[in-house]
Amino acid sequence: MAFVQQSSPHAHKARPTSRVMLWVLIAALPGLLAQTLFFGWGNLINVVFCIALAIASEAALLKLRKKPVAFFIKDNTAAVTGLLLALSLPQFAPWWVSAVAVISAIVVAKQLYGGLGSNPFNPAMVGYALVLVSFPVAMTTNWAEPAMLWDGAPGFGETLATIASGQQTAVDGWTMATPLDEYKHKITTHTATEVLNHPTFGEGIARGWEWVNAAFLAGGLLLIALRIITWHIPTGFLGGMIVMSLAFGNNADLYAPLSLHLLAGGTMLGAFFIATDPVSAATSHQGKLIYGAGIGILIYLIRTWGNYPDAVAFSVLLMNFAVPFIDHYTPPRTYGHHKARRGVPGSQG
Amino acid sequence: MTQLWDFSGGIHPPEHKDISTARPIRDAGMPAQLVLPLQQHIGDPAEAIVEVGERVLKGQKIADVKTGMGVPVHAPTSGVIESIADFPVPHPSGMADRCITLKPDGEDQWCQRSPVADYRSLERDEVLQIIRDAGISGMGGAGFPTNIKLRPPRDRKVSTLILNGAECEPYITADDMTMREKADEVVAGLKIMAWILRPERCVIGIEDNKPEAIAALRKATEGTQTEIAVVPTKYPSGGEKQLIQILTGMEVPSGGIPADIGVMCQNIGTAVAVANAVLEGTPLISRIVTITGEAVREPGNFETLIGTPIEHLLGQAGVNQDAVSRLVLGGPMMGYTLTTEAVPVIKTTNCVIAATAAELPAPPPEQPCIRCGQCAEACPMELLPQQLFWHAKATEFEKAEHLNLFDCIECGACSYVCPSSIPLVQYYRFAKGEIRAQQAEQLKADRARERFEARQERLEREQQEKELRRKERAQAAAEAAAKKQAEAEKAAAEGQAVDERAAKSALVEQALARKKAKAQASQSPAPSAPPTEEKPDIEALEKQLEQARSKLETMQGMLDDAKAQQADNVEKLERAVAKNHDRVQRAEEALSEAREKLAAGPTESQTTH
Repeated sequence: MAFVQQSSPHAHKARPTSRVMLWVLIAALPGLLAQTLFFGWGNLINVVFCIALAIASEAALLKLRKKPVAFFIKDNTAAVTGLLLALSLPQFAPWWVSAVAVISAIVVAKQLYGGLGSNPFNPAMVGYALVLVSFPVAMTTNWAEPAMLWDGAPGFGETLATIASGQQTAVDGWTMATPLDEYKHKITTHTATEVLNHPTFGEGIARGWEWVNAAFLAGGLLLIALRIITWHIPTGFLGGMIVMSLAFGNNADLYAPLSLHLLAGGTMLGAFFIATDPVSAATSHQGKLIYGAGIGILIYLIRTWGNYPDAVAFSVLLMNFAVPFIDHYTPPRTYGHHKARRGVPGSQG
Repeated sequence: MTQLWDFSGGIHPPEHKDISTARPIRDAGMPAQLVLPLQQHIGDPAEAIVEVGERVLKGQKIADVKTGMGVPVHAPTSGVIESIADFPVPHPSGMADRCITLKPDGEDQWCQRSPVADYRSLERDEVLQIIRDAGISGMGGAGFPTNIKLRPPRDRKVSTLILNGAECEPYITADDMTMREKADEVVAGLKIMAWILRPERCVIGIEDNKPEAIAALRKATEGTQTEIAVVPTKYPSGGEKQLIQILTGMEVPSGGIPADIGVMCQNIGTAVAVANAVLEGTPLISRIVTITGEAVREPGNFETLIGTPIEHLLGQAGVNQDAVSRLVLGGPMMGYTLTTEAVPVIKTTNCVIAATAAELPAPPPEQPCIRCGQCAEACPMELLPQQLFWHAKATEFEKAEHLNLFDCIECGACSYVCPSSIPLVQYYRFAKGEIRAQQAEQLKADRARERFEARQERLEREQQEKELRRKERAQAAAEAAAKKQAEAEKAAAEGQAVDERAAKSALVEQALARKKAKAQASQSPAPSAPPTEEKPDIEALEKQLEQARSKLETMQGMLDDAKAQQADNVEKLERAVAKNHDRVQRAEEALSEAREKLAAGPTESQTTH
């Protein structure tokens, strides 16, 4: 009988891409739960809508590109893109904002660049940045007021109806400026104590947001423990942010305090779930640290001196641009070599 | 406690070692035919030194390497040489190669053996010769001739001798069982090698998943300075470079050998073979082979004669032919699949896995790389496997080389962990093969270009020389003409003088004639004038000689060039040189003659005038 002919190795450990992505989806659940508890049903509805639309767009494009649809859909990467967008978008963002974000992420940023593994930019952040600059009103006025689910927040039906109605802005009483937004715009004319009186900050650091960020941090640590991501990008990300804050922002009357930077906005979601997208991130450990630090520093710069209250999407995209450059100069030192072979072929021994 | 270091990366695949360690080492028995490949080691193949039909004794040398690097092959039992022909040999390509086949006669009759009890009384070179004559090459992997390895260059002092008992590949237990059952032989072999190399430190590195082997070796080395280093189980800790890093904290320089940092690694089986060769006088005619996998009913280790067909071994282990889906020679990480079970066990064969389809299933289809970096986390050489993959796939070989493609040891850790089940190692083999082919091609092209350029240069030079000669000739002709002219003028001027003289002489002659007449009358004869000879033209002759010489020189130069390039016009040039040589000689003769004449000339002229 004919024996199977195969190149070594003959043994493989089975944790396929689909399962890696499934773990990312699972690790994001605590964050989603916290968002739902503190900000209502909006995120959950968005998650379902965005994931469904992401898979549908992916399937359509795969079909157009004459690729095996089922084979690629099963890798769960489109679902992760949809999920990340849903977790990032405002709770009451009208459906068409989410749709534009998802479709541009999957169709333009991912499939038109060649599909999985070939996209230079983080697809979810391309979608997010696109709607942020295109629909500034819808993207800033639809953030839910932090209220416990059972304590006065709009119900599931109301939330669904608001999102589905497609109106630019939700009911005024349901929404509230985000802590980062509030701080950024008030601190120029008020003292820190005055600013922090606003209900969006609550008793702690940033009402609701602090728990959401803590939950994403926990999910991120799970990903590290499962060796799905390494610690380098989140460490660089948070480290860059901390260093910037310590260096420039120790005066709370001028700049948002470090605690707010860490626990408000999309910090932890960005550090552990978004910046760690392997396709568009730097390659080596050193490169990942630099890449993460770059994002953390840019977020601080834009939050503090830029026009936007939060800046995960822009920072990630800007560092995506820098990835080839970072990779170029940060290969690891190989066993048996004195130093890493940086730069272009032939320039160093 | 020996200090240990860690190597980066590595994986923990399921070990599957208990499948083959439950039974003690068994004798594989005598197959109907032994197939002995002439090339079982790195280097030059051995040449058969027996004839078909010849009867040979057990342990008799039947093939040897006369020139070049290599070790002999011995008859594993007594019997008759059946054929010397091509048979399938263990090779990833499934190729056939020259083999001697031996039909055992069942008597197992030994040839004369000469054991050395006290090898310390011998010279080290003599012991190395014994090791060579016993046909020992490394039994762990590549099969480098052991006698050569044991004699590193003079400037590479081996201070640490490592015996590699890590055996990190899943399934394989040949070294494990050898250490358990033959610990004394292992240590004896280590001692001989240590006596040859005189290292400061002897370490046996064993993974901590082999407690029995560790205990056996601890006992065998009791009271000696040999260290038993128990290293954490992690694939590929048994890779030479990795084990050296674990035990010494040093790295073998890229492109170098362990001796560069004063380290040498030897295999467990090799140590046993060395001990047997020196102390028993037994050449390397058998080895321990693991037969394992779920398709054999009685897996285990076998003391197997070199040349035993795998088929025979599988039969001994109770193979279920129908269940075998894949036959792997070596381990599941670095071994290669066999196309036929007819291939023989050779000196480097350590394991055969008869795997069922469920045991080693075909990998799922390849998905796109998402640069997740799991491969880089697993790589023990600290490479960037994902980048190497991109470059190999895009045939950007220069970039792959720049990222140290050739430092890849093909351990398979990256492919093992790849979530997209990309056959990464295969891509690297492809890239390495392409680069090697390109380099060979480049070398060929360079040589051809050099040849072409040399020829162009030669033709150009010849052309220039021709031109130069032509010019010289033209100049010489012009000078000669000018000289002739001058001479003619001079002659004309002299002619007038001659005329005057002639007039005078005519007068004289008239006078003489008168005198003569008188003398004739008085019977006194007048002396006759000497015949006027042509004055030799020394200058012209000198020029001629010089020209002949220079021509000879250029011809000689051309001949030398031609000889150096082994051109086909050597003969013609030789003839030309000989001709020119004669010409020079003739010119020299003519010149010296002329000079003589010139030297003799003045006395004559004195007499004349």
